[in-house]
Amino acid sequence: MKILVCISHVPDTTSKINFTDNNTEFDTNGVQYVINPYDEFSLTRAMWFKEKQGASVTVVNVGGASTEPTLRKALAIGADNAIRVNVAPTDGLMVAKELAEVVKNGGYDLVLAGKESADYNGQMVPGMLASLLGFNFVNACVGLEIDGTAVSLSREVDGGEEKVSSVLPIVVAGQKGMVEEKDLRIPNMRGIMMARKKPLSVVEATGANASTSTKNFEKPVEKGAVKLVDNVDALIDLLHNEAKVI
Amino acid sequence: MSVLVFADSSEGKFKKTAFEVVSYGKKVAENLGSDMLVLTINGGDASELYAYGAEKVIEVKNDLASFNAKAYASVIKQVAEAKAVNTVIIDSSIDGFTVAPLVAVALEAGYASNVVALPSSTTPFVVKRKAFSNKGFNNTEISTENKVVGVAKNSYGAHENAVNGSIENFDATLPELGVKSENISKATGVVTIADADIVVSAGRGMKGPENWGMIEELAGVLGAATACSKPVSDLGWRPHGEHVGQTGKPVASNLYIAIGISGAIQHLAGINASKVKVVINTDPEAPFFKAADYGIVGDAFEVVPQLIEKLKAFKQA
Repeated sequence: MKILVCISHVPDTTSKINFTDNNTEFDTNGVQYVINPYDEFSLTRAMWFKEKQGASVTVVNVGGASTEPTLRKALAIGADNAIRVNVAPTDGLMVAKELAEVVKNGGYDLVLAGKESADYNGQMVPGMLASLLGFNFVNACVGLEIDGTAVSLSREVDGGEEKVSSVLPIVVAGQKGMVEEKDLRIPNMRGIMMARKKPLSVVEATGANASTSTKNFEKPVEKGAVKLVDNVDALIDLLHNEAKVI
Repeated sequence: MSVLVFADSSEGKFKKTAFEVVSYGKKVAENLGSDMLVLTINGGDASELYAYGAEKVIEVKNDLASFNAKAYASVIKQVAEAKAVNTVIIDSSIDGFTVAPLVAVALEAGYASNVVALPSSTTPFVVKRKAFSNKGFNNTEISTENKVVGVAKNSYGAHENAVNGSIENFDATLPELGVKSENISKATGVVTIADADIVVSAGRGMKGPENWGMIEELAGVLGAATACSKPVSDLGWRPHGEHVGQTGKPVASNLYIAIGISGAIQHLAGINASKVKVVINTDPEAPFFKAADYGIVGDAFEVVPQLIEKLKAFKQA
């Protein structure tokens, strides 16, 4: 089985979010970048398939050279090789088109991604990728098993879970539950050393066009200070008369 | 050209978000000077949609027992093409998030998700989207002729606007499904986090799973869903389905009550789309107080029972 895991390179959750150039650019100053937390579930599950069932695992990112440390980290976790599509991502459809090209050229039969990226939270790329490729698609996956070409999955639905079955090739957008958070892999020293020698290939983009563009960014309106009260009567009064939520 | 709203349903009942997207679509159609069509697939009673301004409801009925991404995307595409639609509006239920990207590719449409407000302009078509886990917004232009707009939950809201509506039956063909539903398990008789107006959430400050009775009782009095912080689900005190925050379930409720939760940044990232946040915590330095609207510095084991008692009296009054 050939597995491709799509890795987003995102600001760490603790990052301060600021904008520059008249609010048209995200301010990367002082921002620490990490593997998208949602992608870690998919990457860890891919490692499980590699070790238990035999599979090759490739990781891919669409981005500039600055994303390579994030790909190296995925290699240190255990992926066999990495591909960087050398273009700045501008919207979901453009990224999905570039990834589709990678999937076609590499002949992958299982494509894993995170349900969303922790920066733009768009939740678009996996579904678009499946659609462009004509692959099956399961979103919000919380359980994934493969037997030959048969795929059995659990996915989150509003208020519960659904068991579904499908076949390869498939795109799966994973989240917590696909593996438990305590089982997420982190790089160890040996992995980090080995990752330096693993192949990271840079491919040029096909030049897919974006269909949306960011005009500018806004920060949320500053919230007022918390109103502290010392008894529940005052709280109920505020929730009823001021906030009007009960 | 028309605006098409997909009103999602589950087991023949419209989701709350269906009424939100109908309300949203009504205004967008007005702004564009076009009409709104509302599509239901094995949906509920169309008159429920008339109450929110749906004059033309297109009903598709078939044998699908539940949501299927390829099938729903295909149906939406067929209706869009038959009815000269260039703007499709979809909710932010899990199904909405699943089908929208497929629709965008099928219609060669630019897609903006997490949209929190009406378009600030229609030519060019610009919408405001939340991003960075609610720590920022981006104003996005969709530059293609066809457009897909995903409306964030509990942002624009549902607005009653009763009209006389009518139903058109539409025959849509189904593609090969690709993914087959085996079974669905849902908790019955409880308010789900996705649907809840109020969420009561508790953390490690509760000291152990045996103390959750008061959390459930408080949620019961308020008609709220129960939720928990990540450490609590990691410790196995509560099921994983209750974990809210980044990597857990997102919350965008009207009222979020956090009890014994310190407010780690990952937790706040998942819940800060909630409109009003109340924090009850013994530690006045807990970071959650900075993100909260109202707070009580106090011991949950004293405050929560009082709150239950007073709320019961308030509800009866």
